[in-house]
Amino acid sequence: MTEPQRELSYAEALREAMDIALSADESVVLMGEDIGVYGGAFQVTGDLVHKYGEDRVMDTPISELGGAGVAVGAAMTGLKPIFEFQFSDFAALAMEQIVNQAAKIRYMLGGSVSVPVVMRFPAGSGTGAAAQHSQSIEAWLGHVPGLKVVQPSTPADAKGLLLAALEAPDPVMIFEHKILYKMKGPVPEGHYTTPIGKAEVRREGTALSIVATSLMVHKAREAAETLGGEGIDAEVIDLRTVRPMDRETVLASVRKTGRLVCVYEGVKTLGVGAEVSAMVAESDAFDFLDAPIIRLGGAESPIPYNPELEKAVVPQVPDILQAARDLAAARV
Amino acid sequence: MPEGTFDTNIPYVVRAYEPQALREALRKMYVIRKFEEGAEASYMRGLVHGTMHLSIGQEASAVGACLGLTDEDKITSTHRGHGHCVAKGADPARMFAEFFGKETGYCKGRGGSMHIADPSKGNLGANGIVGGGLPIAVGAALSAKRLDTGAVTVCFFGDGANNEGAFHEALNIASVWKLPVIFVCENNKYGMSTSTERSTSVASIADRAVSYSMPGLSVDGNDLSSVAEAVDTAVARARAGDGPSLIEALTYRWRGHSKSDRNRYRSKDEIENWMAKDPIPRFATTLIEHGLMTDADVTALEAEVDAAIEAAIAFAKESPDPLIAEVTRDVYTPGSAACTR
Repeated sequence: MTEPQRELSYAEALREAMDIALSADESVVLMGEDIGVYGGAFQVTGDLVHKYGEDRVMDTPISELGGAGVAVGAAMTGLKPIFEFQFSDFAALAMEQIVNQAAKIRYMLGGSVSVPVVMRFPAGSGTGAAAQHSQSIEAWLGHVPGLKVVQPSTPADAKGLLLAALEAPDPVMIFEHKILYKMKGPVPEGHYTTPIGKAEVRREGTALSIVATSLMVHKAREAAETLGGEGIDAEVIDLRTVRPMDRETVLASVRKTGRLVCVYEGVKTLGVGAEVSAMVAESDAFDFLDAPIIRLGGAESPIPYNPELEKAVVPQVPDILQAARDLAAARV
Repeated sequence: MPEGTFDTNIPYVVRAYEPQALREALRKMYVIRKFEEGAEASYMRGLVHGTMHLSIGQEASAVGACLGLTDEDKITSTHRGHGHCVAKGADPARMFAEFFGKETGYCKGRGGSMHIADPSKGNLGANGIVGGGLPIAVGAALSAKRLDTGAVTVCFFGDGANNEGAFHEALNIASVWKLPVIFVCENNKYGMSTSTERSTSVASIADRAVSYSMPGLSVDGNDLSSVAEAVDTAVARARAGDGPSLIEALTYRWRGHSKSDRNRYRSKDEIENWMAKDPIPRFATTLIEHGLMTDADVTALEAEVDAAIEAAIAFAKESPDPLIAEVTRDVYTPGSAACTR
């Protein structure tokens, strides 16, 4: 694209994707708590109910298990529901339908039926909402064969991945970071898709690879600019999809740089960065490593309320800078 | 008789259905019984890998509830779901093949007894999670309403599921959105070993309907005609756009919960009392009494089903096993991005 692009916020980009889908395909319906006249807890659905009516932008009762299950059953029988959770934490109330039903139905039934449901999860900390409204649970769902799990970090990808999710015949879980909803960025007009399962190199570099997800991509880019001033040329990879993970992009970067730091907001232990690290360690890229891999992830703690404590439990720019400097200096 | 009245001595199904449909209903009841007896015998001979949940004694509720449905109408079923599958038109040969873990089975050997489904006949599948099918049934009803197909969904579940949150959420949503779904609770008195008296706060599960502003009716689940009459009434209501209903079919499973059950929670007398209320000879007698079949017809039908079950077992035994190389084939739709690792 050569034309300067218009900018939309991440929330506006998601809304535009839903608007395009609702307008193009009668079988698309939105379901969720307070997504109608209220516009959604984070104003993502906004005024779509006025354009498409309550039959297609459906306020559900506060009923996550029932609502998610209704979306699953509707997806099996001809509709393409987009189900919005008010907070990703509330997925815990619906895990039965997500994990035992949506993810497994196609397989259990020998491929005789698909479940093209899209679920959207406002995720992450930084809003002062404490332990039950701030988690990053993508690894929970990323652990389940049958699901696809994406984490867009930009408005353009938020729109493109949502439209890709609607074209996917299987369940797609979209984790949207709440802090990103108001972030603006260039967004192409009209219909396009961002491929599920493809990472994006956000900054090319040769000294080390920073593989990040969601909000951490922005922190990694900020850190990379500072590091550039110090002569450390960091490559920043936006993973974008947690399952299926883009093995080739990550391995190619590690083969080039020989150094890897993973930055993710979910709890460090058994998290997305553990999988990225293992993927590298099990591959030929391991031979290219010049230093041990570093993981920066969430602390072994629920998300606390106090703002300073809240910042302390997830990776921040200074943490990334420190890790990168250590990594750049390390010799095996 | 003047129009609009009828002889109450004639059962509903005899008034409402063609004789051929009723003979077919009796055939399906025999298929269910003999399928499950065959499954049990196969299990004893080591042909079945997992466990099984038999519905022997409950055939009237499965067949009665599905009697008035078309292939466009959907059902969701339970872990005790063989009867629902047969009632909705499944082929016992492919059911046995699934039981034996074969590629020719309904789930290509990936699902087994607890996941038999046939979407081409409107059967969205049995479910291994108690209450798992309830919200899904409501979703299928939402599709029917939005896409204006005129179809209804019959949601089978057991008494155990009536205490799951999914039951209450599903009934509430179905009622609020006035969806064409019929909740059919097969109350066989026990959720595994725990009786409804010990687990459920209402005397009749049909009473739960009051909380969700829908009709609730408790019927003799061993009487095919009573089940069919209640479900047909609810189906008509659903098709007319008047929303969901809850029907409780009181019945009994003769066998244990699964193969591990030692029947420590119920008495021999209780089991024998219920076995005396066998729904199959009861329905056969109805057909004979109303001149729709003779004793000889019933005997011949039973023999025909015996032969079909034998052939079905042979088909399943001879069918190929799935290929280990294809173990992950149906996790994702072919051509869509799969997991790369």
